[in-house]
Amino acid sequence: MDLERIRNFSIIAHIDHGKSTLADRILELTKTVSGREMRAQVLDTMELERERGITIKAQAVRVNWKGNELNLIDTPGHVDFTYEVSRSLQACEGAVLVVDAAQGVEAQTVANAYLAIENNLEIVPVVNKIDLPQADPDAAAAELAELVGGKPEDVLRISAKTGEGVADVLDAIVERIPPPSGLVSAAAPPRALVFDSSYDQYRGVVAFVRMVDGAFAAGEPLRAMAQGTRFEAEEVGFFSPTMKAAETLGAGEVGYVITGLKDVSRLRVGDTLTSERNPAAEPLPGYKDVKPMVFAGLFPTDSDDYPDLRDALERLKLNDAALFYEPETSQALGFGFRCGFLGLLHMEIVRERLEREFDLDLLVTAPNVAYRVLERSGEWLEVHNPAEMPRELDAVEEPYVRASIIVPKDYVGPVMELNNDRRGRFDHMEYLSPERVLLAYELPLAEIVLDYYDQLKSRTRGYASFDYDVAGFREGALARVDILIGEEPVDALSMIVHRDAAYSRGKALVERLRKEIPRQYFDVAVQAAIGSRVIARETVKAKRKDVLAKCYGGDISRKRKLLEKQKAGKRRMKQVGAVEVPQEAFLAVLNLNDGSKK
Amino acid sequence: MRPTAFGGKQLRAFDRSWPGLTAAPAKPPRPLGGIASDALVRHLYVHLPFCAHRCGYCDFVTVVGRRGQHAGYVDGLLAELELERELLAPELETVFLGGGTPTFTEPRELERLLAALPAAAEVTVEANPETVTPALAELLRRNRVNRVSLGAQSFQPELLGVLDRVAGPDDVRAGVENLRDAGFDNISLDLIYGIPGQRPSDLAADIGEALGLRPEHLSCYELEAKPGTRFTHAHGEELRRQAEAMEGYFECVVEMLIGAGYRWYETANFCRAVGGRDLRSRHNLAYWRGRDYLGLGIGAVSTVRGQRWRTTPRLGPYLAALREGRRPLRELELLPDSVRREERVMLGLRLDEPLPFAAVAASVDAEALARLERLGLAQRVSLGEGEPPAAPGALTLTPQGRLLGDAVTADLLA
Repeated sequence: MDLERIRNFSIIAHIDHGKSTLADRILELTKTVSGREMRAQVLDTMELERERGITIKAQAVRVNWKGNELNLIDTPGHVDFTYEVSRSLQACEGAVLVVDAAQGVEAQTVANAYLAIENNLEIVPVVNKIDLPQADPDAAAAELAELVGGKPEDVLRISAKTGEGVADVLDAIVERIPPPSGLVSAAAPPRALVFDSSYDQYRGVVAFVRMVDGAFAAGEPLRAMAQGTRFEAEEVGFFSPTMKAAETLGAGEVGYVITGLKDVSRLRVGDTLTSERNPAAEPLPGYKDVKPMVFAGLFPTDSDDYPDLRDALERLKLNDAALFYEPETSQALGFGFRCGFLGLLHMEIVRERLEREFDLDLLVTAPNVAYRVLERSGEWLEVHNPAEMPRELDAVEEPYVRASIIVPKDYVGPVMELNNDRRGRFDHMEYLSPERVLLAYELPLAEIVLDYYDQLKSRTRGYASFDYDVAGFREGALARVDILIGEEPVDALSMIVHRDAAYSRGKALVERLRKEIPRQYFDVAVQAAIGSRVIARETVKAKRKDVLAKCYGGDISRKRKLLEKQKAGKRRMKQVGAVEVPQEAFLAVLNLNDGSKK
Repeated sequence: MRPTAFGGKQLRAFDRSWPGLTAAPAKPPRPLGGIASDALVRHLYVHLPFCAHRCGYCDFVTVVGRRGQHAGYVDGLLAELELERELLAPELETVFLGGGTPTFTEPRELERLLAALPAAAEVTVEANPETVTPALAELLRRNRVNRVSLGAQSFQPELLGVLDRVAGPDDVRAGVENLRDAGFDNISLDLIYGIPGQRPSDLAADIGEALGLRPEHLSCYELEAKPGTRFTHAHGEELRRQAEAMEGYFECVVEMLIGAGYRWYETANFCRAVGGRDLRSRHNLAYWRGRDYLGLGIGAVSTVRGQRWRTTPRLGPYLAALREGRRPLRELELLPDSVRREERVMLGLRLDEPLPFAAVAASVDAEALARLERLGLAQRVSLGEGEPPAAPGALTLTPQGRLLGDAVTADLLA
């Protein structure tokens, strides 16, 4: 195909602003999918894949429009993975930016628009859902034009639901988005960007690629330049919307390569594929090793499920190279895994998939961030678990994020207050419209991992939208707070907090624990300490009575059953030294704020 | 006392699905082996379910009124006795009539029953104070009853009102007096604590009043409000408050009664410890020592040679079966050795007498025992004669351990 007739684009939108519906309508209008085949949201294929028994994500669909080949590259549904979005955008020359006519620009829209601009993409701004009674297309168009630096009249107004204006979007894609540039010559050393991958249990890793230079043919030996992985292209092709094999995949085109690799970690997203026979000298820019920033311990509720959890994580990892996990043993929670995630949403999704798709009951510890620690020896150490934080150290650095928060102007005060509580550094403020304000802050990631989003929503009555990306590590005045139950330090309850908050957090946690720990045969001290200095202390008083008064001939069986129950209850307890602690107590730190609010 | 404890829920399950119900075994059960069983049963419980009315907190198998059925029920009991007679030893140690309100039974029928029951060294009848007239005391006395357990519960009129009890404090005093006049020298009083509205001072006053009557024996129970009952619903908040006060009440009971010279011989039972008489309830000791017992009547429980059964709690089917010369339907439970050992520990540790260790050692977690000994809750003690002091052969709980008996038992058996 002539490069001039190819357009590669993404649709980016805030969640629920109509990305999937627009994609469906495009497939329908271009007759890629017949009306009979048409099902709502063809591109969101997780369900569909399961029905068909295959595990291929249709991440890039080829459609034909007025003699042009348009490749729609889907960004992950969970768009706050900035990295995942950005690598999808790298495969495109343009993006359709969709905004809900009733909602206007949201924080995610801003973040994604900036990403698109950073990637030099041509943006086609679209206001969707103009059919809604509460729609205000003019206001939304004005905000959108302001955001992308265009004119309100260039903003397309459509209803993906009714189909109104969708043809105009396709025309605008052809007119406004530039065709791909690259070395078309068959002799050119081929280079393709891997922008996503998937795992099929029969065919191995399937790479989703954007050919930049040259061409790949089926059967050709290929190499991933950053990782050095070698394999043979068992098949190449494109999605329309199901997989269609092709003889070659040429410059500018988007499609897939079946690699036969059995392990997704051997082919990282962002890597460049080239030919073994005619290798390129330089990889494409854009590869960066994704680093998980948020960590949490995942433990099976029932320790017998440990092998199932391990298998489930292995299988998730096949499709999710960003997921990190390593075995963790907690004296309190037993065997589990310390998992690393790109962000909070990633953590939520992994947890949900483990519970839903793999039917596991999980105990997830309070999330923490990655810390960089300068040890006395002068070595920098990365710490993923508060319990591993050395007590003797010279400096600690913690990750910061650039956060954008968009709120109606009346809520600016409460949001600023929240951000100040969370050690936020104000960067700037912008009026998107007379009513809506963008607040830009730098916040320690640690301050948002626990309940920031909930707090933000509750302080703005649900109106705030929020997005962030990681800005880097900064030094912080941080302290490791240990919890001791009956003089024994409890690894799973250690936390790293800002020095100013150490006392109040320590106090809140020991108060919470006093309520969670049942009374024992003896007084149990629950203490929070920084190093050897105790900062808070509570006592679980010894119980003085635990016996049923009445027990005669007719009571014996019932009494014995009660005893069995009591024994079973004890077995569920975790032993910390001589103290029996219920599992729920280890999650106390998760609900600290609920507790202290009441 | 009463081998009948059907909560409302269990009763319904019994009626609807009859889980585990079997037609009664045609032959007497055989011993399962292992733990020694008594060759013949020496303890007999007889359930008399009739009451004038039902008290709000009660969860026993009771039948209100039905005076017309008392004669038929006694016929049933005697027929059942005949069917099970071969299980019984020629001489019984104890007979216990529980209820219900045994003394609410028509006097003629009560007398007919007492006369027909086998003789025993200890014959106890439960009574509500207001039923104990001089005539009733005489009736009991002439029918070989030598121990009466009087359900006093409290001496505070308002608290008795909360419990729906008919008797007032004066009825209790009069009842004791009538029994004394008839020659009874073994009287037990029941007290309940944790009653909605009760204050610690009320409990101390109750104990003081009870001690004033110089009973040979006292049973003190916490009020057990069963979830889902009307009583629990009506007093929910106050019951929660009482539950928090319960440990204080229990300590108060134990301290006051020990101070008054009573022996705390079982978790909730106390007897006078003067004059060289053993005033413990021999019948109830049999339960706590794991002896076999036979129960007659609706809802009654028997434990014989490794089997435990509970007779149907429904009056109609019970009587119908016995009229036809059949055993009434029963819910049967087999008690393997491990269960019997656990029960021995669970029940034996309620007593102040040492539990011989060898018989239960297989079920006791040695590590837990060592820990409980270190905590001063349990101790190994010598059985006496010729035993090497290094390996004491019996187990007992310290007073503090007895207050925590359920938790300690759960630890020991874990």
